[in-house]
Amino acid sequence: MNMPPLLRDIEFAVDLSFVNAKGWILDLLSHIVPDWVVVFASIVISGVAILVLGPVIMMYLTLLERKLIGRIQNRYGPNRVGIWGLLQPIADGIKMFTKEDIVPVYADKVIHCLAPIVIVIPALMVFLVVPFGERMTAVNLNIGLLYFIAVSSITTIPIFMGSWGSRNKYSLLGGMRTAAQMISYEVPMTLSVVPVIMMSQSLSTNKIVLSQSGSYDMNWFIFTPWGIVGFIIFFLCAVAECNRPPFDLPEAESEIIAGFHTEYSGMKFALFYMAEYMNAFTLCGIAATLFLGGWQGPFLPSWIWFLGKTFVLICVMIWFRGTFPRFRVDQLMGFAWKFLLPLTLINILVAGLCHFISEKTGWIYSFIIFSISFWVLVRLNRPWMPEKRHYPLAN
Amino acid sequence: MTQVENRHPSETLEINFGPQHPSTHGVFRMQMLLDGEKICSLKPVLGYLHRNHEQIAENITYAASMAYTDRLDYLNAMTNNFAYAIAVEKLAGIEVPERAEYIRVIMAELARLVNHITVIGFLLNDMGAFFTPLLYAFREREKILDIFEEVSGSRMMCNYFRFGGVKRDLTTENLTAIMQIVRRFPAFLEEFEALLTKNEILCMRCQNVGILPANLAVNSSITGPVLRASGVNYDIRKVDGYSIYKRFDFRIPLGEKGDVYDRYFVRILEMRESLKILYQALNKIPQGEFLNKKTLPFLKMPRNFKPAVGEAYGRIESPKGELGFYLVSDGTPQPWRYHVRAPSLINLTVLEDICIGQKVADAIIILGSIDIVLGETDR
Repeated sequence: MNMPPLLRDIEFAVDLSFVNAKGWILDLLSHIVPDWVVVFASIVISGVAILVLGPVIMMYLTLLERKLIGRIQNRYGPNRVGIWGLLQPIADGIKMFTKEDIVPVYADKVIHCLAPIVIVIPALMVFLVVPFGERMTAVNLNIGLLYFIAVSSITTIPIFMGSWGSRNKYSLLGGMRTAAQMISYEVPMTLSVVPVIMMSQSLSTNKIVLSQSGSYDMNWFIFTPWGIVGFIIFFLCAVAECNRPPFDLPEAESEIIAGFHTEYSGMKFALFYMAEYMNAFTLCGIAATLFLGGWQGPFLPSWIWFLGKTFVLICVMIWFRGTFPRFRVDQLMGFAWKFLLPLTLINILVAGLCHFISEKTGWIYSFIIFSISFWVLVRLNRPWMPEKRHYPLAN
Repeated sequence: MTQVENRHPSETLEINFGPQHPSTHGVFRMQMLLDGEKICSLKPVLGYLHRNHEQIAENITYAASMAYTDRLDYLNAMTNNFAYAIAVEKLAGIEVPERAEYIRVIMAELARLVNHITVIGFLLNDMGAFFTPLLYAFREREKILDIFEEVSGSRMMCNYFRFGGVKRDLTTENLTAIMQIVRRFPAFLEEFEALLTKNEILCMRCQNVGILPANLAVNSSITGPVLRASGVNYDIRKVDGYSIYKRFDFRIPLGEKGDVYDRYFVRILEMRESLKILYQALNKIPQGEFLNKKTLPFLKMPRNFKPAVGEAYGRIESPKGELGFYLVSDGTPQPWRYHVRAPSLINLTVLEDICIGQKVADAIIILGSIDIVLGETDR
């Protein structure tokens, strides 16, 4: 990057402001307390930052979603509490805390009450490996990506616990749908990540980001043929993983009322909600990390780049919610197994091919391969394609 | 495809959809037996909104029933009024002035627009689109309801028709306002279609789901857009040519397969035909009386209105199908028998036949595409 030195210094300082702040605090502590306390404090600071960040992000995501959907639907969205409704999430939180906590008589009470707690923990745990900015990963695991995939797939279990423990037929239907959906979408999601691991030769989220630097910090994986396809597949699977429309079958409001959280009220319901939004955030964050260069980007501080990319992806998710009808359960499974899975396998092949030939021929070859395979997959999935109709006008 | 043999013992799950369920369009209950997600049997349970409509009508005067008919199909009070007015006029032999006929047709077609956009909006809501199509539809519906409010004083419970005409004349402002709606409506339909008709998820969800064969539809006396979506050319506006419908140039859209998609698309095409009728009616509407002067004494003293002994059946093509009123008079101020042929109820009779073997999610959209209003079904 060619920038004047002063600007560069400022950018560098802003970029590392959070890192430096933590450094100062630890520095200050080291004069007063023994060393082992400083090490402990360093862990606690990162932990507290994440524990605060998760719920705050969730609260304001609900506001963002309501505002954006409101605009899509020709209305304002919440604007009564505080300016632009900025205090709305706090009012919602207070409301949730004061609601009656209902446990159904015939519910399996232990499992019923445990499910909302269990669902929040993995949602918070995955924050650990999300690289928020340069040197801003809480724990720089060398198997970060594997950790992320493993931990985020735990979410299936508490949802099934909640649906089974409530002893409600709608919940049970929702739970069955969840188990089927989340497990099937994990397969193409994991496989769509494989080319990234192949290219960056690392499972560490930090290393993956660093391998996308290049000129102007813009050598993102999405600008490669396998990157585009991989990103689209990963993002679709991410939408399905966090049960957002058009893949929101587990909680289909118009069919099975609210699916697995039909019987939950008050704060227990809010915890489910919180986990869903935090999952949406982390999945978008990881999608940005893997394919959009994470915190890499010219001029602006790294954490702004990261948050910007993540929020663009979240807005796309909200846009989906505002426009699309829902899939049916068989179509959903067919889409994962018959369409996405073969495409990810082809994508891995293309990624290998691109590694060994020059960039230009790589684009040409991959374009040919993808168009042929896409055509074949569409042909094979013919029964699920819309048909054209003709409507006569009789007298 | 080869069918895989199921070697594992499985149990069915009995589930009650409704009466408190967000997508049963009111207090309707479906008793379903599910095998996984597939429906093995479905039993509609009715009567949660029963309020003795017919019995009440047999104990009050003819004129007083007009306000009660609003509550039948509360989405289009105008057409309910229309059918009842036609039945009573047939019974008592009352003539309707030219201008009143035009006003009636304009109101009935506006009601058809309101009904169809609302139905499509709710159908998409059942399908899982988060309120966007519904709110787009409601934006247009509001404009038409404003017209209803201006002419009748009420947005939904209009009570606008009288025996031998209508309650109040349309002013020139009303007519220009309606004309403006008619002119702008096609643009809205284009927008709506761009959002929906070509949407792949919508096509996948709707096509080949809930197929209603033409012979089953005819045998179960299904009427309205549901029948026409199955490809049967039957529209009472053409068959009877009641009121002045014979004077207008419009055509009947027919479906191909009779699935949910056809029912959805036939409604969109019907709205376009309704706009044609409205356009012609607004251009041709003559000056003159809006109410037959001979009926004025009955309006002031409803108990003096005693039709001669006899019976009459008046029917119209309401947005939901054939809406008919059967009246028997014994020469007293009250009808001796008053019966409503409610299209919602009769169209609902095929629900079980077309739902079996489909998924749970399909049953919801099939119900949405049949378009019931519980006020009319239960009466």
